[in-house]
Amino acid sequence: MEKIKSLADLKKKREDLQSGIKLREQGDNIEEMIQVKVAMATCGIASGAKQVMDILINELNKRNIPAVVTQTGCMGYCYAEPTVEVKKPGQEPIVFGYVTPEKAEELVTKYIINNEILEGVIPVNYESIEDK
Amino acid sequence: MATYKYHVLICGGTGCRASQSNKIIDNFKRLLKENGLEKEVQVVETGCFGFCEKGPIVKILPDNTFYIEVKPEDVEEIINEHVIKGRKVQRLLYVDPKTSEHKADSKHMGFYKKQLRIALRNAGFINPENIDEYIARDGYKALATVLEQNDPQATIDIIKKSGLRGRGGGGFPTGLKWEIASKNAADQKYMICNADEGDPGAFMDRSILEGDPHSVIEAMAIGGFCIGATKGLIYIRAEYPLAIERLKVAIGQAREYGLLGKNIFESGFDFDIDIRYGAGAFVCGEETALIHSMEGFRGEPTFKPPFPAQEGYLKKPSNVNNVETFANIPVIINKGWEWFSSIGTEKSKGTKVFALAGQINNVGLIEVPMGITLREVIYEIGGGIKNGKKFKAVQTGGPSGGCLTEKFLDTPIDYDNLLAAGSMMGSGGMIIMDETSCMVSVAKFYLEFTVEESCGKCTPCRIGNKRLYETLEKITNGNGTLEDLDLLRNLSTVIKDTALCGLGQTSPNPVLSTIDNFYDEYLAHVVDKKCPAGQCKALKRYVIDPDNCIGCTACARACPVGAIKGEKKLPHEITQSLCIKCGTCYEKCKFNAIKIQ
Repeated sequence: MEKIKSLADLKKKREDLQSGIKLREQGDNIEEMIQVKVAMATCGIASGAKQVMDILINELNKRNIPAVVTQTGCMGYCYAEPTVEVKKPGQEPIVFGYVTPEKAEELVTKYIINNEILEGVIPVNYESIEDK
Repeated sequence: MATYKYHVLICGGTGCRASQSNKIIDNFKRLLKENGLEKEVQVVETGCFGFCEKGPIVKILPDNTFYIEVKPEDVEEIINEHVIKGRKVQRLLYVDPKTSEHKADSKHMGFYKKQLRIALRNAGFINPENIDEYIARDGYKALATVLEQNDPQATIDIIKKSGLRGRGGGGFPTGLKWEIASKNAADQKYMICNADEGDPGAFMDRSILEGDPHSVIEAMAIGGFCIGATKGLIYIRAEYPLAIERLKVAIGQAREYGLLGKNIFESGFDFDIDIRYGAGAFVCGEETALIHSMEGFRGEPTFKPPFPAQEGYLKKPSNVNNVETFANIPVIINKGWEWFSSIGTEKSKGTKVFALAGQINNVGLIEVPMGITLREVIYEIGGGIKNGKKFKAVQTGGPSGGCLTEKFLDTPIDYDNLLAAGSMMGSGGMIIMDETSCMVSVAKFYLEFTVEESCGKCTPCRIGNKRLYETLEKITNGNGTLEDLDLLRNLSTVIKDTALCGLGQTSPNPVLSTIDNFYDEYLAHVVDKKCPAGQCKALKRYVIDPDNCIGCTACARACPVGAIKGEKKLPHEITQSLCIKCGTCYEKCKFNAIKIQ
C-alpha cells in the first residue's frame, strides 16, 4: 500500500474516499436533503426505472447536489411509468410521470436545480401514513 | 467505481454480536448476492450504536431507517420489502413507549435526541476495520496538522485551553498532564493508553476501541509528539478479545499507510504502538499499578510522587490517558478548542460517555454534553424506570463512587457537582436503581468487589475493607447494632485517609454515601430488623394469612424443605425454623395468602 506522506496527500486521499461514505453522511441529515424516490415496481422496471435511477444518482453526484435517491414500490401510476417523486426540504413532494432516461437529466437540471416544473406532473391524490 | 445505492450498517459490537449480529451480516451478504444486489447494496459491520437494549441494530441508508431487535431470519424480509420494494418493515421499527408511534429514524427517538456524540462520533457509522472510512471522516487530519505545524507546545496549549479533563475518573486536566510530561527530559518517553476498564457495568472504552480504534491511535501519536515520546503502549484487558482484534487490525493498517512507524508524514517524527495485555484486575486501572503490570511485576500501586510523568514505564517519563480522553483529542484539534470549550459547564468541558445499566428501560451507551441533568438522562434518554416503578437512586463512579438520590435529579452532571453530591464521575458507569433495591445490599455488593480486587499491599485497604464488608454482612443478616453504624462511618474515614492508592481511598464511598442518603434504611435493618426493600433474605419472614388460606396444599407440596404443615382445606402454617426463604410458596399461592413480613 502506498504511504501517505503529507497533509496534502491525506487530503487528496480523503477526497477520493469521501464518496464511499457520502451516502451515510447525507442519510444522517435526510431532512435537509432533496429526497428523490424512484418507483421500482415491475411496471417501473419494465419502463426503464433502473436506468433512470442510475442517471439520477450520477447527475446529482456530478453536480454535488445534496440529494438522496431511494427506490420505492409501485405508486399506482403504472400508466405513467417511470415515475419519480421529488421532495425538496420544506416543500410538498411532486410526482413526475413519464420520466424516461432522456428526461431524467432534464428533471435534475430543470426542476431540481432551477425549480422549473416539467411536463408530466401527476397531481397528488393520496396521503402516506408517514405524513401523519 | 461502483456506487452503492444503499448502505446497510450492522452493529458488530460485543453486545449485538452476542445476539447473532454475525449471522445477520452473513445473511445479508448471501441474500443480496442471490438477488443480484451485491453491487448496489453495501453491507458494513460497524461499532456500537449504543442502543444495546434493543440490539442487534440494523441501520439502512440513505433513508436513515433504524431497525431494532433484528434476528437473522428477518433479513430476507428487510431485503424484499425495504431494499427491493422501498417499504419499511414496520414491525422492526422502534415504537415510542409513550406515544406508541413507530419511529423510523433514530434522530426522533428519545434515546438519541439529547445525545451529542464526540468520542463516539464514528461508532456505528464506519467500519472500524477499514482505515479508509476513518480517513474519509477527517481521520489522521489532526495528526497531519500537528506534525506540519511542528510546535508541540502550541498543541499542548490547544488541549489545555479546550478544558479537556481525564475521562477515566480522576478528571485531571489532560493538557496539563501532557505539559508536565513534555518538560521532563529523557532519552525515551512513553505514551500509554489505559484501556483497563474495570468498573462493574462500564463498557465505554471497549465500545470506542471496537467502534473507532483509529481515533485512539491517532490521538496517541499526537500525544506522543507533544510529550516527545516515540513509543505508545495500550494496556488492555485480555477479556476484550474483539477490541484487541480490531486494535491489531487498525495498527497494522496505520503502519501500512505510514501513519505509524518511522518518519510519519515525512516530519521526522517516529511513533509506533504496542499492545500489552492485562489480566483484568481492577487495581491495574490505577496508573502506577498499570505501569508495574506492564513491566511484568505484580499489579500493585506505588506511592506518588514520583508521578509517571517523572518516573513511569521502565523508569522513564510516561503519560497515561484513558481511551475516551484520547478519542476526544483529534476532534478538538480539527474543530478548535473554542468549539470544544463551548460545550459543557464552566469547569467540565465537552461530553461524557455513560453506560446506562440497571432498572432502566433503555440500557445502553450514551454520550451527553456535560451539564445535562440526571433527570434528562434517566427519563428522556433512558426512557424511565422499568415496569413503571419508582426511582430510588443512581450509582455513579463504580466502586469508587456513591449513590445519588432523588434530590440530585436536577443537578447538572459534571466532575465538581458529582463530587459535591458525594459521588464522582468515575469512568462513566451509571447504575439506576428502583424502589426494590436495598441500599445496604448495594453497599455490600461494591465492598465485596473491592475486597476481591484489593491488591493487598496496604493494610487499610486489605483489612479495612474486609471489616467493612463483614459489618455490612452482619447488618443484612439481621445481627447489626447501632454501634456497627458508627463503626462503618469511622472505619470508612480511616480507610479514606490512609490507603495507598485511589482504589483504597475511594472504596468506602459506597458505604458513606448510602449511610448519608439512606440512614433510615440502615436503621430499619439494625433496629427493626427489617429490610424495607424486601431484598435481605435473612430479614424476610414468610407467613400464611389464615383468612386467605383455603388449604389447597399447593404451597406445602412445593416447599423444598417441608416447612409448611396443615390439614387439607384448613389454613396452613410455616415452621419458621425450617424455612429457607426461597419464596417458592409465595409464587405458588393463588389466593394471596402468603405474606412477606
